[in-house]
Parts: sequence; C-alpha cells; structure tokens
Amino acid sequence: MEAVTKNQELNLTWPEEGITRVPYQVFLDQKVYDEEQKNIFRGPTWNYLCLEAELPNKNDYKTGFIGDTPVVVTRSSDGTFSAFVNRCAHRGATVCMDSCGNSRSFTCVYHAWVYDDKGNLKGVPFKNGVNGNGGMPDDFDTKKLSLTKVRVENYHGMLFGTFDENLEPVDQYIGEKMGHYLQRVFNGRPIKILGYQRQKMQNNWKLYFENVKDSYHASLLHLFFTTFGINRLSQKGGIDLDERGMHHVSYTFGNKNENENVYKNEKVRSYSKYTLDDPSLLDGWDEFDDGITLAIQSIFPGVVLQQIHNTLAVRQLLPKSPGECELVWTFIGYEDDSDEQIEMRLKQNNLVGPAGYVSLEDGGIGEMVQRAIVRDGEKTAFIEMGGKDVKSENYRITETSIRGFWKNYRTLMGL
Amino acid sequence: MSNQETLGLTEIKEKIQQLSDQYIHCIDDDRLEEWPEFFTEDCTYKIISRENYARNLPSALIYCKSKGMLKDRVSAHRNANIFEAHFYRHIVSNSLIMGESNGVYQVQSNYVVFQTKLDGNTEVYNTGKYVDQVVFEQGEPKLKERLVVYDTLNIPSLLVTPI
Repeated sequence: MEAVTKNQELNLTWPEEGITRVPYQVFLDQKVYDEEQKNIFRGPTWNYLCLEAELPNKNDYKTGFIGDTPVVVTRSSDGTFSAFVNRCAHRGATVCMDSCGNSRSFTCVYHAWVYDDKGNLKGVPFKNGVNGNGGMPDDFDTKKLSLTKVRVENYHGMLFGTFDENLEPVDQYIGEKMGHYLQRVFNGRPIKILGYQRQKMQNNWKLYFENVKDSYHASLLHLFFTTFGINRLSQKGGIDLDERGMHHVSYTFGNKNENENVYKNEKVRSYSKYTLDDPSLLDGWDEFDDGITLAIQSIFPGVVLQQIHNTLAVRQLLPKSPGECELVWTFIGYEDDSDEQIEMRLKQNNLVGPAGYVSLEDGGIGEMVQRAIVRDGEKTAFIEMGGKDVKSENYRITETSIRGFWKNYRTLMGL
Repeated sequence: MSNQETLGLTEIKEKIQQLSDQYIHCIDDDRLEEWPEFFTEDCTYKIISRENYARNLPSALIYCKSKGMLKDRVSAHRNANIFEAHFYRHIVSNSLIMGESNGVYQVQSNYVVFQTKLDGNTEVYNTGKYVDQVVFEQGEPKLKERLVVYDTLNIPSLLVTPI
C-alpha cells in the first residue's frame, strides 16, 4: 500500500516492509503528533462526540474534544445537534467553563460576549461605545465572529463531528458492515446512561488503539477471561473489517463451540483453574439474539463500542501529547431494563473499566511500550501474526486489524 | 465481649477509629487476604467517582455486593491480574460520626492514597472520601457498607488494589 503524497513536514520514512512494521518514532515525536491533529482529527474523519442520550433535553450541552481541540456539543431549541470549538472569537478564551448543563446561550466570562447554542455571536457589551466614546468600528460584523463550527451527524444515537466540510456522511464513513454491529447496541431502544469512568495513560494514543484492535493478546494478557471461558481464542469468532480496514469488530460466540484441549496443549501461563467465591458477577442473559456474547468494535480514529456479555460501553480515546492520552468510558443500558438487569450490568461492570478484571491490564501495557521504546525511534514493531495483509478472518489469532489501522494512518498522514 | 449496646460512646468512637486505621495498614502492608474481614458477610463496597455519585449514576470502578466478591478481588489480584508492582500509602483523617440509627453508624472521613512504583517516584494516586455504615458484631466494628467516593476522576493507568 503506497502513501499517496509524501508528507514534507515529517522527517520520517516508513520501513520498506510496509504495514507489517511500525517505526517507534510515531509514538514519540511531537511533530508527528501535531500532524495527526491536522491530518487525522481535523482531517477526513468522523470523531465521536457523545451520545444523544447524554443530551436528553433541549438546550442541554456538554464539553468534550475532537483530538485535543476542546469542543462544546449542544442540543438546540429546535432539537438539532450542534458543536463548536470552545474558543471565544474575541481573544481566544475558553467560553464554556463547565462540563455539562442546560443553557440557550454561552457567555464568555472575559468580556461577556454571548453566543447562541449553535455558536453564533449574539451580543457584545459596549459594541456601540459609552456616551459616544469607543465601541467597535463601523465594519464590525458579528456574523464573521461566530465560534468555529463543527459538522455534526447523529448515527443512531451516537453523535459524531468533523472539521471536514467535504467528508462523506457518517453512515458511509462507517459503512454497512460496521454499521450492523453498531446498530446491535444502538437499535432504537432508548439508551440509559449508567455512568462514566476515566483514566489517563502515559503512552501515545495509538498504542491504546492498537491494543483494542489486537485480538491476539486477549486471552494471553487477560487471565480472567480465559479461565472463565468468557473469551478463549478456541471459541468460535472472528474479525470483521470494513472495506478500507479502517474500522474493525472482534466478535465471539458464546460457550457452545470451543475446543478446550487447544488451551491445555499450549502450556501458556494464562491457563489455570480459578474459581470465583461469588460467581453472581457473571449472572447475565442473552443480550442480542445472534449468539455473539462479546464484540469489541473500533471506529477510526478513536472510539470503541464494547459488548462484553451485558456490560455495554462506549470508550472515547483522547490524545493529549505524544506520551499521554485519556480514555473516557460511558457505560450504558436501556431505559426499559428491569432493575434486575441493571444490577447484573453493574456487577458485570467489574469486568471492564480502569479497574476491570479483564481490561485493567490494557491501562498499563501501553505505558510499558512507551517506556521501552524511548531511545529507539528508528526501530520498529513487528506485526505479522495472521499474515501480512488486511482482511476479515473467521479466527481471532491475528493482527490484521492493527495492520488495517496503519494502512489508513499512512494514507492520511502521507507516510 | 460486650455487645454494642453496652459500649459507651467514647469506646465506640475509639473502635471505629481503630477499624479505620487497621483497614489501611492491612492494605498498605499487602495483607490483602485480611481485607474482606473488615466487612460484614452481606456488605457493599463500591469505588465510585464523585461525578457519578453526585449525578446518581450507578456505575462504579469496583462494585462488591458480598464478602465473597471482596475475596474474588483479592484472588484476582494475587492470581489473575497482571500489573506493575506498586505500593500504596493511605492517609485518612477528618473522621466524623454523622449519626446513628438502629445500630448503624454513619461515618465519613477523608483519604488520600499515595502510590509508588518501582521507579521510586511517589505520586498522589487518588483522593476522596469514605462514606461508611459501621455496625458492631460481638462488640467489634465491621463495615456494612463502604463507599469510596473519589475526586481523582482520571485514574492513573489502572486500579487493581482496593482503596
């Protein structure tokens, strides 16, 4: 896969082997990070903002990020969703200081400039001066000083934003195959927000995203899964990619089709007998009727939808610097869940999140990479498990999704 | 030993304070197997963010609804989970008994946990408030419920050792 145009800003040549190698420099370099903000997060990508269910009422708003650009997302009086950069058009101050709320307008505290919930400038104190003195010049035009607007689309209850005026609609960006998996969860049933969990990791954001796409590590780094038969690689499942290899789903069917001896013969550390004192942690029900009990889905460049039995969550990945990123988990259920079902979701929540029985290792493993590569930017990672190409498979011992990420990364970055 | 009704208020306060001190020494000294014994059988233990607690959202980092689930957290820590070695140092203070009804004492206190990893650097890892319900069994205080309501919304890396 050739990069279309070579990035002149970066002094970086991709290894000749292509997407089966990643130069560690991309995790370390400030210029690479800045180019990512320009070419990826402000480029031809749809970026997850929040859920429609988090803005249930007219004039609800919350703050968030696209890449590391701070944004505000609103539900207007007319019911439509808007987003704008959280930076006053006057002299650059943060306009919205709180994390969420309800308001028809946004007033910058510095000079009290007032914007409506679509980011249009509505009021400027002393615009006409005082007692005939001062004020703005005659050519002052409030229409030219709105907040930087972000294009917003609502995908079945997930709000996405882009800075790219010409980008295809979000449902084409996601595609039919990936859309099918998103719509399993976002199926029209009103969503109930169960809460937020947040963590910060001292590693480059791409190391976390690789980890999400990495179905190879699942039963080797996360012992809990394996021993309880929640996700063994010998269980039937696979990897589905969209046509471009940008997005992925790793899915697993329930306990019915597994070969336990495959594990015993591997003699890897991760196989061991382990019993729960209180197994009610795993009480659950068939959430969806397709037999899939586990689905981890990534949508480029930085959002994940997870179904692990009955614990459902959206994970939003936020780059902060070459060596730091944050992860915001939004846990959900449905408004028509019974109390019993909610309780089971909350117990299964123990499996995931920053303290999750099966996900906590992911919070630490990226840091272990970031520290070890510090002085070896010209060395490379080796990504050939499952082959050298990018395609859907009916098995999960593969790094094909990771290769898909780098294929699209290289295209967007001109590398 | 006398049951809770015959303990004077001073003795009750002392015993609740002792429970708090023993609890944190147990965790900091890596005697995790003793940790579940500070709780009643039908206990509740939750590590939940200030954000979720204030907004009445139920999702918690750790949610145990029995002593058995506490033991499973210890067992996973020892046998299953993989993480870098780390040491906690709790400081707990400003403890107040807010009230009592039917033998259940509502207690709140502030905590901060410092964490040190193998690089030898200590960071403020997590701070917040313990919101407890303490009962007396055979004259000894036990936690019927401990909510660890944390201010540090951004968990550094991961959380595996209970607070």
